[in-house]
Amino acid sequence: MGAQKKGKVTQSGKPRECSALEVLQRGNAVTKLSFFIFGLGNIIHKQFVRGFTFLALEIAYIYYMISFGADSIANFITLGTHEQGETYNEALGIYEYTVGDNSMLFLLYGVITIAITLALLFFAYISMKSAYCTQLRLERNMRVPTFMDDLRSVKEENLHVAMMSLPIMGILIFTIIPLVFMILIAFTSYDRDHQPPGNLFTWVGFDNFKVMLSQGSKLAATFWPVLGWTLIWAVCATFTCYILGLLLALLINRKDTRIKGFWRFMFVLSVAVPQFVTLLSMRTIFNTNGPVNVLLRHMGFLGSTESIPFFTDPTVAKITIICINIWIGVPFTMLSTTGILQNIPAELYEAAKIDGANAPTIFRKITLPYMLFIMTPSLITSFTGNINNFNVIFLLSGGGPDTMDYYYAGKTDLLVTWLYRLTITQKDYNLGAVIGILVFVILAVLSLLTYRHTGSYKDEGAFQ
Amino acid sequence: MKIKKIVVNILSHVLLAVLSVIWVLPIFYVILTSFREEGGSYKSYIWPKGFTLDNYKNLFRPTSQIDFVRWFTNTLVIALISTVIAAFFVLCVSYCMSRLRFRMRKPFMNIALILGMFPGFMSMIAVYYILKGLGFLETGMLKQVALIMVYSGGAGLGFYMAKGFFDTIPTSIDEAAYIDGATKWDTFVHVTLPMSKPIITYTLLTTFMGPWVDYIFAKVIMGQDTRYYTIAIGLWTMLEKEYVQYFYTQFYAGCVLISIPIAILFLLTQKCYVEGVTGAVKG
Repeated sequence: MGAQKKGKVTQSGKPRECSALEVLQRGNAVTKLSFFIFGLGNIIHKQFVRGFTFLALEIAYIYYMISFGADSIANFITLGTHEQGETYNEALGIYEYTVGDNSMLFLLYGVITIAITLALLFFAYISMKSAYCTQLRLERNMRVPTFMDDLRSVKEENLHVAMMSLPIMGILIFTIIPLVFMILIAFTSYDRDHQPPGNLFTWVGFDNFKVMLSQGSKLAATFWPVLGWTLIWAVCATFTCYILGLLLALLINRKDTRIKGFWRFMFVLSVAVPQFVTLLSMRTIFNTNGPVNVLLRHMGFLGSTESIPFFTDPTVAKITIICINIWIGVPFTMLSTTGILQNIPAELYEAAKIDGANAPTIFRKITLPYMLFIMTPSLITSFTGNINNFNVIFLLSGGGPDTMDYYYAGKTDLLVTWLYRLTITQKDYNLGAVIGILVFVILAVLSLLTYRHTGSYKDEGAFQ
Repeated sequence: MKIKKIVVNILSHVLLAVLSVIWVLPIFYVILTSFREEGGSYKSYIWPKGFTLDNYKNLFRPTSQIDFVRWFTNTLVIALISTVIAAFFVLCVSYCMSRLRFRMRKPFMNIALILGMFPGFMSMIAVYYILKGLGFLETGMLKQVALIMVYSGGAGLGFYMAKGFFDTIPTSIDEAAYIDGATKWDTFVHVTLPMSKPIITYTLLTTFMGPWVDYIFAKVIMGQDTRYYTIAIGLWTMLEKEYVQYFYTQFYAGCVLISIPIAILFLLTQKCYVEGVTGAVKG
């Protein structure tokens, strides 16, 4: 056995981490041919189930390409050439529509075909590698695994294949393909004037990005202020909730605080209620005629017809939203920080007290740095979460108050809620996609700057 | 010194009391309005003139537009099925990421990180068209299946929390199981999972809550099919301009009714939740 273990083969005979290059250099003709004729290497060596499964995949792909795939690639490049036509039918005396090309479907089918082709290339590589495995085993006079062996390996060294394939399929279909589709739409003219099936849209390169970012256009005049508010919102929302939640947790965890459980319960109650319920209720509570204004009128702060424009004045609306977000977010922070607070070494506090530090100093010099050190990853997550915080804005103010200065956006719209308006209500899909990509770029830059420096990314095995 | 301590104590308790009133008051207002006798929407007073249970009773009398019971069962079924699938996906992926070593591991984690930076519903339109292309938007039942797939399909990407938890379980326990002859799969099912109750509960809980609170995806997929609405779109419908005059108080009754089971679930599993959250954050 010892002699056989030389080279890159594990005890079970599976090549360990063999690169494509190695397979190409050392594989024999049958192995190399397996890249084109799937499963060849396996079938020749009587691994029929495995081999024919590969072959069946290839045949299915060829059938798909002949019947459908080749056309869809061609259409993907042009995005359709025949517009829906209208011809006058003399005999019936009516206009008849001739079916035109549907650019949107062409784009979608193109993306799917490309995805399938990439998957096939991946399987071609797997087929070749599988043939190489068998070749190595034969060269070393080892037993070629039967189908039963393959089945058994699924519980052992190939467990990740069994456990990951379904989730990855799901991610592919419901996340990656749609995302690629939307990213491509950012480079087309798929807006409200180019709606399939009536009209065609086509590739326009970076035009949408240019319009969005350039000086002078109405889109740019909307994008930059909305971006500004999005960033202000994300910073305010993250830090107010974090600091206030931390202070609340400290207040409850104080040594002398009585009935701690009761206080915690009072705040946790608001977390337990579904968020859209609290948000919708808050919207009615702060309505022009809602209870808050009614209360202020009764107390004489406002005249009987006056009201505070909680959601109708831009500045007030922004403040209201941040305050309501504090109401929502603080109990969350309190909940997640309580456990960590109790883990701060007591010696630190005792040492500080002996040195004569007072409570604010202890908070600033010990508690806050310690908590920031531990919770930076979750702070970053909540920051990115806030940049994409659709629910709070959409359910509270709906982005309003609306303004004519903006391109279909309101004064409290975040980039994501603007994206929603542009796609769902305005059907400017290409602009929505551009905003999505820009949000991604912003988040990616922010995360690259911070995330890779955090401990839990660098040494994930620290606790194993 | 002692007096100062007492003063601080009193002040902090008063502060806590004031704060808890602020936090409980809106919830109290929701409950109060759900019992209000007078219909209509906004009133020029806060304390209701009369109290009634009719708002609750009416919820169980379906009308052509408002069918609370049906919405509730719709959501329950969708939530249960998608929770099972999504939790399975999440646990599988996070276990692979934490324990198994294979070539695609790091790339997969990086891809997940990148995908997480795109606004979630940017791809919503594309998902909508894919589902339409596959014929899932023909009937209401199929739309529900589509919704289940949407809620659970991409779940595998949310593995960070559970992976962080699995990372804290010592590998020596796994190795002991291998020595006893267990396969990796056996180890996952019989050793790791029983030790991971907090994170399993956390995963189940968060995925179960999803369908109850999601408004956007459900609305886009369901369109005008009111019979197949989930509770979130249903309640939202009650606040729309043409309905708000009739259903304002019923809306609050509905909110109370669905908040109770979710709040109870949440409070019962709060311990697991906190353990799950803190298990992932490492010091």
